[in-house]
Amino acid sequence: MSINTQQRDWRGLVLPLALLAAWIGVTNYNLANSAILASPLEVIKEGIKQISSGALFLDLFFSVSRYLGGFALGSLAGIAFGSLLGISRWADRLLSPSFNTIKQIAIFAWIPLISVWVGMGEPAKIVFIAIAAFYPTTINTFEGIRSVHRDHVEVARVFEFSRWQLFRKVVLPSASPQILTGIQLALIYGWLATIGAEYFLKSGYGVANAMVDGREHFNMALVLFGVVVVGITGAIINQIATKLERRQLRWRNRSA
Amino acid sequence: MSDAITANELGINPVQANKGQQWFESIVNRIGSISIALIVPLLVLAIWQLASQKEWVSPQILPPPSLVWETLVGLWDSGDLTLNLGISIERVAYGFLVGSIAGLLLGGLMGLSKTVEAYLYPTFKALSQIPALGWIPLLIMLVGIGEAMKVLVITKAALVPVVINTHQGIRNIPQQFLEVAKVYRFNTLQLLRKVVIPAALPSLFNGLRYGLTHSWLALVTVELLASSEGIGFLMVWGRQLFQLDLVLATVVVIGAVGLVLDQSLQWIEAHFLKWRRVAF
Repeated sequence: MSINTQQRDWRGLVLPLALLAAWIGVTNYNLANSAILASPLEVIKEGIKQISSGALFLDLFFSVSRYLGGFALGSLAGIAFGSLLGISRWADRLLSPSFNTIKQIAIFAWIPLISVWVGMGEPAKIVFIAIAAFYPTTINTFEGIRSVHRDHVEVARVFEFSRWQLFRKVVLPSASPQILTGIQLALIYGWLATIGAEYFLKSGYGVANAMVDGREHFNMALVLFGVVVVGITGAIINQIATKLERRQLRWRNRSA
Repeated sequence: MSDAITANELGINPVQANKGQQWFESIVNRIGSISIALIVPLLVLAIWQLASQKEWVSPQILPPPSLVWETLVGLWDSGDLTLNLGISIERVAYGFLVGSIAGLLLGGLMGLSKTVEAYLYPTFKALSQIPALGWIPLLIMLVGIGEAMKVLVITKAALVPVVINTHQGIRNIPQQFLEVAKVYRFNTLQLLRKVVIPAALPSLFNGLRYGLTHSWLALVTVELLASSEGIGFLMVWGRQLFQLDLVLATVVVIGAVGLVLDQSLQWIEAHFLKWRRVAF
């Protein structure tokens, strides 16, 4: 990240302000289809309404809890499966080609099948989010375990570690940076999958459900407010993911 | 590498083994690993076929693989597959083309000029935080659910990785290269052609690669959400008619296209790296 952050200059504000001015101009002078187009003021009003009525928090609560559920399920399964592929040559030879083939199927293509097999409710959404989190954790756990130094394993052999000790004390710690990379990606993909799951499996509450409702009722202010909420939540998740990486680096420097 | 190990296991000294033998062994190894790789899928297919025939699961929920295959062949023969896949690929091509050209320009300008970066980067960063998916309801309201909306979503999906990688790639060019160019008094065009583009090429390529895979993902998503033609539409249609064989057949097609994209990009990249090794 070689972007100079100290120089938080005004120039970065020019474009957003120009866009805002254009937007206000267009809505004020009815240059476009005003029946649909919402002005910035309307979006703010809608936002205040959503916050004060508690609707936003209800939607956020549902979205975030299914996100976390799916993420936990998918990333744990991914770490377990990736470890299996990484430790056992046979598992790798038997399963990796199939895994790599299935991985090529665009994730949203699973939605119609999930909706038939699991239904349209909460379990279906969580399964879908879990699939999204499963891939990156599996791949990165596998890569991490494969890159464990032979010397480290030799030392463990000298100490006559049991298989479990070898895994817990040697393999997992040296693979952990890469596993964390997988978790980072899973956090980000999981959020995308959450939005997608709410679009496709329309039931219950959720941030993206609110956007779909807004679209159906021609309430653009609500849709735009939804875009902002999705963006902010995504940005917060990205921040958390980046922090994970920093903490990881701290730990490595201490141990080195 | 791998054939040397097996040669050792067989008690042959790999150094003494002649070329022909090594070649033969690598072929045997290749066949061996492919057949091992096929065990699980074939087993799954066999159990699945058996389960459907014995009616352990209802064909409504899980049609037998044989029926999925028939449906796939039927789609191919009737021309439905070619037609819809053609439409989908055309959309990806348009969106990717527009998105990557715009992305190269935007990323290139931000990389080359501190001024452009100061004006545009914060806005770009804020907008790229919102996934392409998040824009769909808004775009539908603005431009309807026609072709424009789909191409726009794909364009956006391609644009972001191309901009980020181009920008970073140019920013990370070692300062010495640029100083040498200054000494030689290169003009802007020479600087671009002889220093910037070759040095940033791996990043540019990376960006394009991600852009293409993201475009394909965005296409599938957008066609599933709103379309009346294309491979994603075939899938939705199958789902609505409760013809899971059709849904599974389209899953196979989507996976195959993804695989072809991924493999061809890997192949291009491998060739590309060879060129780099020759160059330095």
